Amino acid sequence: MSLRAASTFFYRRPYWYLALLLVPPLLWFGTVYLGSLFALLAQSFYRIDDFTAQVVREPTLATYKLLVTQPANIDIVVRTLIMAIAVTVACAIIALPIATYMARYASGRMKALFYVGVMLPMWTSYLVKVYAWRLLLAKEGIIAWLTAKLGLTSVLEAALAAPGIGGPSLSSSYIGMFIVFVYMWLPFMILPMAAALERVPGSLLQASADLGARPSQTFRNVVLPLAVPGIAAGSVFTFSLTLGDYIIPSVVGAPGYFIGMMVYVQQGTAGNIPLAAAFSVVPIVLIFVYLSIAKRFGAFDAL
Amino acid sequence: MFGDVRAVDDVSFAIEPGEFFAMLGPSGSGKTTCLRLVAGFDLPDSGQVMLDGQDVSSVPPYERNVNTVFQDYALFPHMTVLENVAYGPRVRGVDAATRKQRAREMLELVQLGMQGERRPTQLSGGQRQRVALARALINQPKVLLLDEPLGALDLKLREEMQIELKGLQRRLGITFVFVTHDQGEALSMADRVAVFNKGKIEQLAAPRDLYTRPATAFVARFVGSANIADGELARSFGESVKSFAIRAENIDVLSETAATPASGMSASGVVVAVQYHGAASRWQVKLDAGEIWSALVTEEDSRALNGLAVGKRVKLSWPREAAVQLQS
Repeated sequence: MSLRAASTFFYRRPYWYLALLLVPPLLWFGTVYLGSLFALLAQSFYRIDDFTAQVVREPTLATYKLLVTQPANIDIVVRTLIMAIAVTVACAIIALPIATYMARYASGRMKALFYVGVMLPMWTSYLVKVYAWRLLLAKEGIIAWLTAKLGLTSVLEAALAAPGIGGPSLSSSYIGMFIVFVYMWLPFMILPMAAALERVPGSLLQASADLGARPSQTFRNVVLPLAVPGIAAGSVFTFSLTLGDYIIPSVVGAPGYFIGMMVYVQQGTAGNIPLAAAFSVVPIVLIFVYLSIAKRFGAFDAL
Repeated sequence: MFGDVRAVDDVSFAIEPGEFFAMLGPSGSGKTTCLRLVAGFDLPDSGQVMLDGQDVSSVPPYERNVNTVFQDYALFPHMTVLENVAYGPRVRGVDAATRKQRAREMLELVQLGMQGERRPTQLSGGQRQRVALARALINQPKVLLLDEPLGALDLKLREEMQIELKGLQRRLGITFVFVTHDQGEALSMADRVAVFNKGKIEQLAAPRDLYTRPATAFVARFVGSANIADGELARSFGESVKSFAIRAENIDVLSETAATPASGMSASGVVVAVQYHGAASRWQVKLDAGEIWSALVTEEDSRALNGLAVGKRVKLSWPREAAVQLQS
């Protein structure tokens, strides 16, 4: 069949054309992408035999029971969840003014500069940035040095003395870990937020002012609700990235385990694949819960 | 109410209370800038905007007793129609029950009483236009500004809305300031029209005066596309003849050999097109001096023009008093 005949064939049969386009990527997506995920999830319904350390391939909820009944495991989930929420909230607060400026006020070169500035850190290796932050946050690091120069050492010490989140230095405290998480995921919040704000027509803001709303009211009643889909999208990134990360908690911060580290340890040294799989189900469930709450609050109404 | 705007290029005018005032001009002529200065979205570099005797030049929009109907309506997509209309009272601290009641009344006024719970995206263009109107009127502004409010509507709907807007303005007695590039709209609705060109007002007059006595060639062309004789062409009618405008409906088409009426003026040329419009036909004639003029010929008269057609030479003739002198 000549190329021309083939072209005619597909032109006259749009469904065949669509199938030709979609089948290869769908096969990849379905088998490699989702298939491996479901294979992993299926593992969580197996259990490990305590004596032989072999995986028992029979459906059981024993591993989940272990996950939700052992206080140490619950601690890990709660610790990770709190960190993910804190990081998401901080990212949203920092990103909103920046995204607002990028979308509503900056133009031309300034806008390009901001977009490059936001994305530039993402072009370097993730590991390099984490280790760089460990140095920055170290007891003899530049941040400690700068606070000393500014005469703020007492403030830093007070923060590090805070129960639960403090530690001997920034690099070995939850505060330090929080800073690194926020730094890492901030672009993932700014970009969707700016995209959402770009879509808000300027006339809506003028209409709000015209009807008597002060700038703070316009922000609360018009800008914020219309930015919510962007905030929701960005928070899914920051939330899920924090829930699943295992490198930052193992390089920076206090010794307590996080979900990602637990998955890493359980499937590696401990060889407990079912428990690792069960732990990796936790972020999926948490994000599902988070999205349901966001939907109930109307986060996606303006989409 | 008394408004005085002085914008970009030494523009100055006063709008009377309860007036339906139109700002007419091509895009980029400064009419929308004037509207934005009155609304407060733009601030004047120099000069003043006076509202009811008070200088509001540096007063932000949210403290001016002026409301706007936007060209794209600017309805809040995340609110229902009722919430949109109730927005003004809401941000001014009116309690929920009262503002809902007032919003319902406003929706009744624009005949959308049953649509309150819908979203703006579920409405037609004409309905959105009415919601924008209700939302702007709920604050009982001294002046209602309308920025090309009918531009997005189709012809039939636009004509209906013109009548409705005019009726609404009469009933409420609010001053309407209306920006448009459509001369028909300005002429049919406004009490007075300011014609803008290149940041200046060319002429400010009542619609009938604007049409029958255009002050400049720009106004004569823009309002009702009159034929203009200036420079060489004007002199060809006599040494002392200055620039003048002549309406197409005042021109008669005659055969070239016909005599010019005693009190009339005439020019010869070649017919380049004849457009049939039903009640009348528009004859486009290229004058020997080079300009293309148009003459409006009624159905009755065109029967007498048998044999004259595209490519034939004709004589255009008009009474001397129909020619309107223009400022140079």
